Amino acid sequence: MTLKERQDEVIEEFAIFSDWMEKYNYLIELSKEVSDIDPKHKTQEYLIEGCQSKVWLYADYKDGVMHFSADSDAIITKGIVALLIRVLDGLPPEEVMNADLYFIKEIGLQENLSPTRSNGLLAMMKQMKLYAMAYHAREKGA
Amino acid sequence: MEQKKSHLNITSIRKDFPILDQHIYGKPLAYFDNAATTHKPNQVVDAVAHMYRYENSNIHRGVHYLSEQLTQRYESARERVQKFMGAAQKEEVIFTKGTTEAINLVAFSFGEKFVQAGDEILITEMEHHANIVPWQMLCERKGAILKVLPVDESGDLELDKLHEYLSGSTRLVAVTQISNALGTVNDVDFIIEKAHEKGIPVLVDGAQSIQHAVVDVQAMDCDFFVFSGHKLYGPTGIGVLYAKRKWLEQMPPYQTGGEMIQKVSFEKTTFNDIPFRFEAGTPNMAGAIGLEEAITYVQDIGLDAIAAYEEELLQYATYKMNAMKGIRLIGTARRKVSVLSFVFTDIHPLDAGMILDKMGIAVRTGHHCAEPIMRRMGVDGTIRASFSFYNTFEEVDRLFEGLEKVQQMLG
Repeated sequence: MTLKERQDEVIEEFAIFSDWMEKYNYLIELSKEVSDIDPKHKTQEYLIEGCQSKVWLYADYKDGVMHFSADSDAIITKGIVALLIRVLDGLPPEEVMNADLYFIKEIGLQENLSPTRSNGLLAMMKQMKLYAMAYHAREKGA
Repeated sequence: MEQKKSHLNITSIRKDFPILDQHIYGKPLAYFDNAATTHKPNQVVDAVAHMYRYENSNIHRGVHYLSEQLTQRYESARERVQKFMGAAQKEEVIFTKGTTEAINLVAFSFGEKFVQAGDEILITEMEHHANIVPWQMLCERKGAILKVLPVDESGDLELDKLHEYLSGSTRLVAVTQISNALGTVNDVDFIIEKAHEKGIPVLVDGAQSIQHAVVDVQAMDCDFFVFSGHKLYGPTGIGVLYAKRKWLEQMPPYQTGGEMIQKVSFEKTTFNDIPFRFEAGTPNMAGAIGLEEAITYVQDIGLDAIAAYEEELLQYATYKMNAMKGIRLIGTARRKVSVLSFVFTDIHPLDAGMILDKMGIAVRTGHHCAEPIMRRMGVDGTIRASFSFYNTFEEVDRLFEGLEKVQQMLG
């Protein structure tokens, strides 16, 4: 699936929810499906700063595409990072770093995008793009 | 538990706060973040708007009518604050941006004059970052030592150890009257008495106390008392430093510029008298006027009546919390005011806060700008519901319905 198809699929899924509790229930479900981070990567090095909850995010690069895994001590936050991973995992670094993640606004999570917002959605997005940038630079350099 | 009948007319009071009468995500707002900031009654908003509409001018130096009128208004606001706090003289009342600036002012000016290498500043483990960091910076500048009076597991200061912490090198004690994170009410009278026995001045952080009880700085005998207007139903950007004249007269200016000078030449500047020496630049006139109006507002209701009603709310909420499973109060000090800080056994505070938010219930989650006390209590953060006299028992019920919903979704 392309980045656009993935985002549209998420938007479609969220469209059926009539209230916030349903959305949160869905994020709670998603949190259980996130590709769990290897415990050895649950360290300070992979901890994202600026979140009220702890979020560990690990990125890997194999066969030309990015792979992400994550964990959080807060469930809804973990659900949100699961969504990001679902949309960005398996894409080439260049596509990740330039991704316009319009689905966030469409599903109503844009309020979480402010820089001071406690769950750190913005920080997570930035970190994923930074990883992609690093691998992209390495790709180019190689 | 039976709900007591307070003599406050909450329905009528709430009409003064239109912000409370709104729906958030389709649910009526229940605002429990009053320890962060309180809402402003119409009277305060109107006074501020009226000043900008009809009274605006720069003050103290103007020769014209508007300037003189507003100067009088600003100075009468100062007198109002003086009487409200029980200060001996109006010159002992300095307007600041808020509590944080007031503490920074003392840390700088008092520190410049009275603190040297090897001296000690005593704070406590339950202070807000605003009453920690300015002292840390002072200690770094001067080579002084920051001492910290510990807190016990219930959230009370370990006052029996106070004498060990008051040494011959202690230059100042800075302590909060009420903990913003736990609601603990500290026995500042005792601390001041013990410190004064050794000739040590005391700064009391009143950011969380001024709105909940009558404060009398002369009776308390503190040397410095600081608070913010915005937690007292007044505007943001205005606060107060009360300081005994004997200290202010010895302290060098904090910021310099207009208003605070007496005479300026390129060779030498002489400074104005107190309080003006500590109010550089055009002051926050609207803030002062709004603060005066806020003081009128709470005094009209009566701080004793406010305290009694808020105590009823807290007792009711504490009773409901104790009856709930899977949830734990953080901070069970002997005397508490208006703050319910708690954690779920297995639910992150942020998850709870996000769900409550979508139910129209505003709480604060996290460390409440007081990381050391969170560590002391063995938590990363808590959920904090803080009450005001405009909250109702029905809203407290909704908070607990919200908490049950959180458990149902995440437990």
